[in-house]
Amino acid sequence: MNDNTLIEGKNGQWEVVIGLEVHAQVSSQAKLFSGASAAFGASANAHVSMVDAAMPGMLPVINRYCVEQAVRTGLGLNAEINLVSIFDRKNYFYADLPQGYQISQYKQPIVGEGSISITLPDGTSRDIGIERLHLEQDAGKSLHDQHPSKSYIDLNRSGVALMEIVSRPDMRSADEAAAYVSKLRAILRFLGTCDGNMEQGSLRADCNVSVRRPGAELGTRTETKNLNSIRFIAQAINSEVARQVQILENGGTIEQETRLFDTSTGQTRTMRSKEDAHDYRYFPDPDLLPLNLEAAWVEDLRKNLPELPDALRARLMEQYGLSAYDASLISEDRNTAAYYEKAAAGQDAKLVANWMVVELFGALNKMGITLEESPVKAEELGQLVARISDGTISGRIAKDVFALMLESGKDADAIIEEQGFQQVSDSGAIEEMIDKVLTENADKVAEYQGGKDKLFGFFVGQVMKASQGQANPAVVNDLLKKKLQK
Amino acid sequence: MSELLSMTAVAARAGLAQKAFSARELTEAYLKAADDTAALNVYVAMTADKARAMADASDARLAKGDARPLEGIPIGIKDMFCTEGVETTASSRILKGFVPRYESTVTARLWDAGGVMLGKLNCDEFAMGSANETSAFGAAVNPWQATSGALKGKALTPGGSSGGSAAAMAARACLLAPGTDTGGSIRQPAALCGLVGLKPTYGRCSRRGIVAFASSLDQAGPITRDVADCALMLTAMAGHDAGDSTSLSAPLPDLESALTAGVKGMRIGIPDEYTLDSMNAEIIALWQQGRAWLEDAGAQCVSVSLPHTRYALPTYYIIAPAEASSNLARYDGVRYGQRVDGATLDEMYAKTRGAGFGDEVKRRVLIGTYVLSAGYYDAYYIKAQQVRRLIQDDFAKVFQDVDALLTPSTPTPAFALGAEMDALTMYLNDVFTVPANLAGIPAISVPAGLSSEGLPLGLQLIAPAMREDQLMRGGAVLEKAAGFTHIAKGAAA
Repeated sequence: MNDNTLIEGKNGQWEVVIGLEVHAQVSSQAKLFSGASAAFGASANAHVSMVDAAMPGMLPVINRYCVEQAVRTGLGLNAEINLVSIFDRKNYFYADLPQGYQISQYKQPIVGEGSISITLPDGTSRDIGIERLHLEQDAGKSLHDQHPSKSYIDLNRSGVALMEIVSRPDMRSADEAAAYVSKLRAILRFLGTCDGNMEQGSLRADCNVSVRRPGAELGTRTETKNLNSIRFIAQAINSEVARQVQILENGGTIEQETRLFDTSTGQTRTMRSKEDAHDYRYFPDPDLLPLNLEAAWVEDLRKNLPELPDALRARLMEQYGLSAYDASLISEDRNTAAYYEKAAAGQDAKLVANWMVVELFGALNKMGITLEESPVKAEELGQLVARISDGTISGRIAKDVFALMLESGKDADAIIEEQGFQQVSDSGAIEEMIDKVLTENADKVAEYQGGKDKLFGFFVGQVMKASQGQANPAVVNDLLKKKLQK
Repeated sequence: MSELLSMTAVAARAGLAQKAFSARELTEAYLKAADDTAALNVYVAMTADKARAMADASDARLAKGDARPLEGIPIGIKDMFCTEGVETTASSRILKGFVPRYESTVTARLWDAGGVMLGKLNCDEFAMGSANETSAFGAAVNPWQATSGALKGKALTPGGSSGGSAAAMAARACLLAPGTDTGGSIRQPAALCGLVGLKPTYGRCSRRGIVAFASSLDQAGPITRDVADCALMLTAMAGHDAGDSTSLSAPLPDLESALTAGVKGMRIGIPDEYTLDSMNAEIIALWQQGRAWLEDAGAQCVSVSLPHTRYALPTYYIIAPAEASSNLARYDGVRYGQRVDGATLDEMYAKTRGAGFGDEVKRRVLIGTYVLSAGYYDAYYIKAQQVRRLIQDDFAKVFQDVDALLTPSTPTPAFALGAEMDALTMYLNDVFTVPANLAGIPAISVPAGLSSEGLPLGLQLIAPAMREDQLMRGGAVLEKAAGFTHIAKGAAA
């Protein structure tokens, strides 16, 4: 147990237990059991086949591509691939569920146990267990706000292929849950099996949360449904933990129920209680034969997997000497890693990583744009770092240069030239400035020479100021020391 | 006219080829016959214009010498098959007004083979029934009438669920009729109406576009006047369909040559367990007669045991309703068919389904929902699947020793419509037919004689999976020996 994840309560500590069910839409042109398009954003009911609308006599036929993506995802999660899996019907009535059942996998999913390694901000890593991954159909969408008394149904999503990825209850904090979803999303994106666009609903999470006294039996859990951003996942967990702790500390009990997260209040509320829980009457779908995979086919997919975040991270640490944390941030996204490797080519790789993670990411975040939209291209960041390394500018000046690069889109060399930011390393020019500073501060020189060593920094500062920051600090240090000894 | 109506499809094909009559003449004769027998309540929709247009197209093809296997043959379609542009209701109120924008694969194959569509035929609601009495259109009536005994003068059932199809065939209101068979729905009405009915190996005929009753049991097949027509029609209907995941890709054996192959050297099993206490003595006698006919033709008949047969009916009545309860969930009033409005979505569902489904359908949906429910699933559904496996194993075992099995098709001849019968007694009608559905194996019913009251009786042959050819061999021998040439009293003339 990781002690720093424990919650301090009124009368003792609480341990949070979190398990996630993530629904990831398979990146496929067509739906899971019909040939209809799975594209996002079409007008209502534009992508609906007779199968998706559950017309009488229409039958599902499995989409091979979706099966392949589920297997590749399983392999990317270091999971067991089940060569035989079964599609089941999950029966319930809802207006946007045309068949009156969802085709899913219940007892024999296509992918069994696996695990994901997450890296936390403090650089530590944890393995989160994956219980299973199964394929299922998405339902349609009910629109309740189009008419005062009627609901409208859009079946474009009906039948779209989803992978439900179920974790073990291995997470102990909202941060860990967020890290898990980020990592899972990275793996899916590296594999190309899901685009991971949470705002479009391609990736959604149901959070199972419970609390207990450290080491005690598992508490009663609640499930908060359909969270579509990592921030909401963290918020929902924190609010749910606070709610549960408060109830328990006041002597109450937690109801096992399904809850909804209200993004406007940041709180969860009851959606349906256990008494209203459906009896889904799962049974094997007689319209579909068991899915039999050939071991050789699976092996072939395994051999052709792309480099995944963990391997990339290890390589970044090995090849560029990056810290675990920098490497994990950079390896979260394949484009980020590509940007980094381009920027770092021939440069001080650790310095490039530092600039990227701190300055670039910080700036992009503030500007609310993505790396792809960054005004500073990879080569340009590399050039900026090169100018620091070769002594043309100091690290401090580099920040000014970087700010101007972001603003103007010009490269570092152009800005240094225009602004005259070249660092002064000429000892003659620096000596002149030192002499001036020492003359103007004769009293402080005396104090320093009388033993007040701390004043050295003051002199450095004054010289740097006199040079408008452009003096090479190493040269300044060196010369100052010599002059003051005299 | 009556000449045209009395031919088999094979004979009509020859007549059309020889230009003895046109497809249009043949079609007109059947359209009239359908009108003349309207009192039997067999057609729920006529498609006369379509029939005439199709017949004319067939004549054009015949003129060019470009005839297809069923060119110009008038066919009546059970209302379980979705037909493009023609209302398809599965004889249920809930589908009233539903006009599919697609054609079932089986009917599409019949039209591609040159068949002419006469109309849609009555059946039990969602094919759930053995007397055609659960139809929202009311029962179809058997054109056969008892010549003596208690049933004399009474309207009789044609059986079910393909009751309208069998009655139309016996009434000569169509020349071929595809049926669907989930527990005997082709074979039982064929037997009760003096016709040949065949349920193929599961997966032979695509289920795509057939209103689903119980997906793991449903199978379409031919209802015909004789075994040769059956071979002709099944060859047209069967074939792999990428639109049905359970469709077989193995080719159909050569059925036509099997018709004349005889049974010499075949081993035929007579299952001990098919003797029921309640069985009609005439049926037992006919069964023995069938055995003798096969032996006379050179087959060797041996007694075999299928010990789990006695569990077939209860197993069926768990699995079929379980699947049906889920298959019928789509009839919710949201997208098509009938809707009865309610204040809430749940109320709309309840009212729509309450008004749209008949009693038998409701009974089976309730049973199916119950056996799949948490806490009952293992005891009912799982247990039934295990027993189903044992029944399959029984067949697999005996088919190591014999080539086919001979049984009666039904425990009784046709019974009176409106006879107050409890559900369990009604379910017993399918006692001999259900095991083949559970095992997914092919079976045929062939008319073999008349009861003392003058009503048709059938014998059933059951073969291993994929061996419809063996049904043709045995069926042709039984047919020849029985020499069943009787015509229903209510048939069109």
